[in-house]
Amino acid sequence: MSALLRHRLTWPVLALVLLLLLNQLFRADFLSVRIQDGHLYGSLIDILRNGAPTILIALGMTLVIASRGIDLSVGAVAAIAGAISCMYIYSSPDPSSWQTAAMGVTIAVVAGLALGLWNGFLVSVIGIQPIIATLVLMTAGRGLAQLVTDGQIISVSNDSYQAIGAGFFLGLPIAILIAAGAFGVAGLLTRRTALGTLIEAVGINPVASRLAGIDARTITWTVYVFSGLCAAVAGLMISSNVTAADANNAGLYIEMDAILAVVIGGTSLAGGRYSLVGTLVGALIIQTLTTTVYTLGVPPEATLVFKALVVIIVCLLQSSRARTLFRQRRRPVTEQSQVKVAI
Amino acid sequence: MSVLTRTPAPLDRRRISRLQGKARYAPSLATVGLFLAMFAVGAAMYPGFLSGQVFLNLLIDNTFLIVLAVGMTFVILTGGIDLSVGSVVALSMMIAAALLQAGWNPFAVILLVLLTGAVFGLAMGAVIQVFEIQPFIVTLAGLFLARGLCYVISVDSITVTDPFFTSMAQARIPLADKLFVSPGVVIALLVVAVAFYVLHQTRFGRTVYAIGGGESSALLMGLAVPRTKILVYGISGLCSAIAGILFSFYSLSGYSLAATGLELDAIAAVVVGGTLLTGGYGYVLGSLAGVLVLGIVQTFISYEGTLSSWWTRIVIGALLLAFILLQKLFTRKVRLT
Repeated sequence: MSALLRHRLTWPVLALVLLLLLNQLFRADFLSVRIQDGHLYGSLIDILRNGAPTILIALGMTLVIASRGIDLSVGAVAAIAGAISCMYIYSSPDPSSWQTAAMGVTIAVVAGLALGLWNGFLVSVIGIQPIIATLVLMTAGRGLAQLVTDGQIISVSNDSYQAIGAGFFLGLPIAILIAAGAFGVAGLLTRRTALGTLIEAVGINPVASRLAGIDARTITWTVYVFSGLCAAVAGLMISSNVTAADANNAGLYIEMDAILAVVIGGTSLAGGRYSLVGTLVGALIIQTLTTTVYTLGVPPEATLVFKALVVIIVCLLQSSRARTLFRQRRRPVTEQSQVKVAI
Repeated sequence: MSVLTRTPAPLDRRRISRLQGKARYAPSLATVGLFLAMFAVGAAMYPGFLSGQVFLNLLIDNTFLIVLAVGMTFVILTGGIDLSVGSVVALSMMIAAALLQAGWNPFAVILLVLLTGAVFGLAMGAVIQVFEIQPFIVTLAGLFLARGLCYVISVDSITVTDPFFTSMAQARIPLADKLFVSPGVVIALLVVAVAFYVLHQTRFGRTVYAIGGGESSALLMGLAVPRTKILVYGISGLCSAIAGILFSFYSLSGYSLAATGLELDAIAAVVVGGTLLTGGYGYVLGSLAGVLVLGIVQTFISYEGTLSSWWTRIVIGALLLAFILLQKLFTRKVRLT
């Protein structure tokens, strides 16, 4: 039992379950999932579908944060990706064919990779602090997206493109399947190979890991490219869901949601150990929180206040100072503090 | 106790600054040089650009950004960052607009707004200091909270009709030869002057620089590190509130979506103004020059009718990058063993 209580996923999962139960109390049909027109329908499916972009971006963010970095530019990258693909489809001679959609998606993904390469270059080669390096793209990115769309909101009508964000496959929303696929691939690549351990090593101590023979520069570079890729795909989902590219508002504040998901999931912002499953739970908590605000009848405008309170509480719980105070109350002399001195 | 349990700083490559002696003014002087060069280019390209009023308009249109950059300079000098400033500006405007609509005395409103901003900043500083959480994440929560509170006050725009506020919006202080400034400019420059005095002439200011130079060293020297770290966020909050009032004078309304992304402009202005993001080096007058550079970019784009407004963001991003790279040149890596 105490091992269960100490497990770092226990509290996030408990919070998620409590949130879901709270919704069920206020709306009796909240947890029910029914089949309609061959698709799965219900609030739970909506949470998964609307949360898919956040899950994807948080996935990339987890690896970046594990390497002791941060990527503030994901929202801007998402906006650029949406803008590029919509603009390509909009201006192509055959705007409704699936080939056009596929080409637009490919170009947008390549752009996402390129922007990730840029961020990774600034951080790993030039050696700029991650917050600042990605701030450059966060500042300029929305301008670039507006440059692509010429300041307009570009609407497209292409069924194949729309399927990315709003379509269904085997009864499940395609957005969820994409997010789940990315999640599975990232999990396999980092946990079934040494890559995950190497990222953690770089995050815990870049210098020591370099001395131990790890190519820290390439690892750092890779995580930013992966983050750019995730952000681009998420941007495609967002723009496809509304069948339009909005350079100003697509993915606005999504970097904050993603960072929040990572932190709630138990990955420390100081780098090192990370948990992909924790991030998944964190992203679901955030999406459920948004839904809860609607269910409770609180004005939706207050969502930001709720989120702020959650960030503050989670950070306080995670801070070593709060934990030390908590432990000291129970056990005056702890092994933990002695270990700290030894380090 | 807390000093002992803290993990000692790793003996890795530390950045040692080349900014010794007179050279420490170089980044800020580069900004002033850039500003003058841009002004000269503007004067050569457009008739009517080279006038005192164009320069004064730069100040008039950016009063709130000047004040924000001043507060941000304090925070960045200690090696921290404050992402909440844009939201606190919007919150200040909302509080002011809502209370004025309710018929409050304008001076009581201003006092209350300034108090709110300062307390908001101090609270964030206290969380950062006491719980040792990164400033980035705490002020991010502050960004959410302040913006959310704006929506709670009102989702709609509230117009300010108070006679004092409207008179401040319309008042023009004449200078020589048909030149004029707004009262906001006087307030903003006053804030810069006070900040200059505090940073360079007081014990508090020296502690701010010392923390940025090396927090452990400052602590070991017996400086009041915790108090100062909390206070700089209080100053930033207060500056955001002042900026909010100035923005109200400028726009005569309160709107929940106002001032989004203003924190990026403020950070950009400080960095372009030559303050090192790692803390310890920088000048509040440099930040003023940084704001003027951002302002002149805006002026350029409005003069050049064919360029669209989004070029502002792209150019600011490029300038930010250029000055970060410049900072890398001014600091070098030295291996300490």
